[in-house]
Amino acid sequence: MIMMRIPKLIDHVDFGMMSPDEIRKISVTKIVTADTYDEDGYPIERGLMDSRLGVVDPGLRCRTCGARAGDCPGHFGHVELARPVANVGHIDTIYNCLRATCRKCGRVLLAEPKHEEYYKRITEMREARQKWWEMTNKIVRSASTTEKCPHCGEKQAPLKFEKPTSFVEGRNRLTPSDVRERLERITNEDVMLLGINPKVARPEWMVLTALPVSPVTVRPSITLESGVRSEDDLTHKLVDIIRINQRLSENIEAGAPHLIVEDLWELLQYHVTTYFDNGVSGIPPARHRSGRVLRTLAQRLRGKEGRFRGNLSGKRVDFSARTVISPDPNISINEIGVPEYIARILSVPVRATEHDIEDLRNLIRRGPDIYPGANCMISPDGKRYDLRYADREELAKTIEPGFIVERHLMDGDIVMFNRQPSLHRMSIMAHEVRVLPGRTFRLNLSVCPPYNADFDGDEMNVHAPQHEEAQAEARILMKVQEQIISPRFGGPIIGGIQDHITGAYLLTRKGTLLTKEQSQQLLAAGGIFTDLPKPAVKEKGTEYWIGKQIFSMLLPKGLNLTFKAKICENCARCKKEECEIDAYVVIRDGQLLHGVIDARSYKALDRCEVLDRIVKDYGTTAAREFLDRATKLSIAAAAMLGFTTSIDDEDIPPEANERISEVLDDVREKVNKLIKIYDAGELEPFPGRSLRETLEMRIMEVLAGGRDRAGEIAEKYLGLDNNAVIMARTGARGSMLNLTQMAACVGQQSVRGERLSRGYRGRTLPHFKSGNLGAEARGFVSSSYKDGLRPLEFFFHAMGGREGLVDTAVRTAQSGYMQRRLINALQDLRVEYDGTVRDDRGAVVQFAYGEDGVDPAHSDNGKAVNVEKIIERVVG
Amino acid sequence: MSVEFDIGQHVLVPKHEILPKEKAREVLERYRISPHQLPLIKSSDPVVKAIGAKPGDILQITRNSPTAGRAIAYRYVIEE
Ligand SMILES: [Mg+2]
Ligand SMILES: [Zn+2]
Ligand SMILES: [Zn+2]
Ligand SMILES: [Zn+2]
Repeated sequence: MIMMRIPKLIDHVDFGMMSPDEIRKISVTKIVTADTYDEDGYPIERGLMDSRLGVVDPGLRCRTCGARAGDCPGHFGHVELARPVANVGHIDTIYNCLRATCRKCGRVLLAEPKHEEYYKRITEMREARQKWWEMTNKIVRSASTTEKCPHCGEKQAPLKFEKPTSFVEGRNRLTPSDVRERLERITNEDVMLLGINPKVARPEWMVLTALPVSPVTVRPSITLESGVRSEDDLTHKLVDIIRINQRLSENIEAGAPHLIVEDLWELLQYHVTTYFDNGVSGIPPARHRSGRVLRTLAQRLRGKEGRFRGNLSGKRVDFSARTVISPDPNISINEIGVPEYIARILSVPVRATEHDIEDLRNLIRRGPDIYPGANCMISPDGKRYDLRYADREELAKTIEPGFIVERHLMDGDIVMFNRQPSLHRMSIMAHEVRVLPGRTFRLNLSVCPPYNADFDGDEMNVHAPQHEEAQAEARILMKVQEQIISPRFGGPIIGGIQDHITGAYLLTRKGTLLTKEQSQQLLAAGGIFTDLPKPAVKEKGTEYWIGKQIFSMLLPKGLNLTFKAKICENCARCKKEECEIDAYVVIRDGQLLHGVIDARSYKALDRCEVLDRIVKDYGTTAAREFLDRATKLSIAAAAMLGFTTSIDDEDIPPEANERISEVLDDVREKVNKLIKIYDAGELEPFPGRSLRETLEMRIMEVLAGGRDRAGEIAEKYLGLDNNAVIMARTGARGSMLNLTQMAACVGQQSVRGERLSRGYRGRTLPHFKSGNLGAEARGFVSSSYKDGLRPLEFFFHAMGGREGLVDTAVRTAQSGYMQRRLINALQDLRVEYDGTVRDDRGAVVQFAYGEDGVDPAHSDNGKAVNVEKIIERVVG
Repeated sequence: MSVEFDIGQHVLVPKHEILPKEKAREVLERYRISPHQLPLIKSSDPVVKAIGAKPGDILQITRNSPTAGRAIAYRYVIEE
């Protein structure tokens, strides 16, 4: 490794202000003319583009340092301001200094004992390296309320700050010159009380007499295709400043009337202010001739695309790729399918050794266009050879151990995969590369939940770590299988989804018999090639295996579990092993004896008993193998046994429909009765509620009950022989509520948790009488989705639906901002080896992480140990 | 007029104790920190006044914790 030599060591950094003298000292030229280029296109001497300010055009040399464009850092010039102007960036400090000091003698307005006391306190704090400047607010607050100077006896006039840069004392506007004079009077000792370190800054420097002119490298002009030069916004602003400055000094010299001079002075202040910050409140922003708002210094730094958030905290990177994602159930959760086209561009540096030199030689010969090849070769002295243009045969001969070859991304390489918004740790995980044909990244469906990805056009990013250490860290810490347990709740966030659940249920439910061929086919699909167990059923000479036997072959030996499946109906008295719907799961020594596999066994983000146990007791590799196989096996089972759903899954017989409309009629009647009681003034109010509120609550209760009863009627006809119901009850997709809304009744629409009421005066739509409180006038949808909504119902449904959309939009914006603030506050905290949580100063934040010192990602649902599970495992 | 009220009796106030000098030194040694790296508590804090702690003391606070059951923390008393 080539070590960088350190030419100088930084001992400490001081932040201060530049004095006018310093501004002049760093300046390579005084700028006097607002013009930029002459007719021939050459920069005008002492103009804004003076060639001593640095070079941006390739080929030219800088007249100050002699370097070419790119090497010349640029050099400051300056403008001598005809009259001083306040610096907006420091305006609050200027205000504090003026308020806290005497208008005559300039001393801080504190009587002696207090003055001395504060001074001593600040000196102490400085020596203890504490934040001494935070005392300022207190000092300013007490000093600014003093009415008579304790030092010279002068009576103080109230001082008002007018945005953005003016101060009014009594009825008198202070000019920047007045302000500067006052600031000059403050002693070095007093300046400390105001939070300014006199060694690096003087308050009068906050009022500028000389303005630095930034180097041209900071504001390069661009030449358009048409040959027209277009100047940077900063240059435009500097032109304005110099023009006004010139006019101001001419007018002063000519002895122009006071008013004209004042006006020009104010204009100069405006231009300098907007040059620093074109977003200050109180003045209109400076605009380009086209009407576009100028982007000046502060705008370059602030905001999402500003220097800090856009270029320093986050920047564009090399060795990355982005494309659309699509699913591939045949690759492991640890893998990612990378298109060959991307694999040819992303490269990994490999150092040649005597063992791999022949392989690398071949890669060099193949070059950048034939996969697998290499893009670049680096000799030990650091010289790079681009394989696109070199004689590759020749280069292949020169390579020796110690050379580095940047070869194409290949199968088994480790990469980091990411989907925005990266809200948690699992948003970036390490995957092993599988180079595949096609143009999309391929990923296993089980990793959709942690990335929150789907395939409706989502794009994702890949980053290829370039160093062995980084690659090893990614492999050990970031690989998908290491992230199965979420640190958020201590359970699996990676697991089966959708058809994985349905398939496992179809396979493991009672009555699934498989022939030898079928069994072998399923096991082959799941990647299991051991012998079949003894058949469970023999009928008329044919041997049959039950699905539970097949699924058991995925389970590790010694696994003991007892739990209730998702489909469990929570009967008052559980019949356990005798359960009619096989909802009581018993696994002994890795054999599924009773019960079905459904969401409760291995669905991501569910209780996930089986997968959870395997990760925690058998390790992440065993868990990955189980998940890869179980999902493939389940998909194969669903395909073999047959599974489909369609709209007739929500069919219910006519007598059910009749009973549902009876229920709904009854409910409407009840609502009308309630309204009648209310109108008669006989309604008994709930405690703490008005009559109207009570009525609403009673009506909502009745309507909700009505929908539930309608749903229950439909549910009687929606049993586990129905595919849509299988999906809902096993937790694969959808809910019984979804189904009954399709089959029976959609129910009450609401906005902000209340029945719909807004629109017209006293009514939702002109179809109703004002004050109609009945069910259908206030957004009760009695139709089912399948029957279709009536026009008014449809309208109400859209009202409720919109609230949902607005909520999600608002919520994402709010939670995004909250996440930023949290990250900024917490990013420097870490858990030390002694178990304490410390900040960047080593100060203790928590004495044990989470008070119990447990890492939730290695916990059992947040607890360090689960005693019941251990007993169950041992006792069996 | 006011009734003396022991805030230490309130359910929301965890137990605060002044650590004896020897114990305080042990705590600092255990975590290898200077007192200013501990969480701070102002001498004007009602609990500090109630137990009569002075700036420079280290308090041991025993809290009920939803994760650990009982958690111990330390705070360094500062002026004001
Ligand atoms: Mg999507
Ligand atoms: Zn230069
Ligand atoms: Zn005075
Ligand atoms: Zn049951």
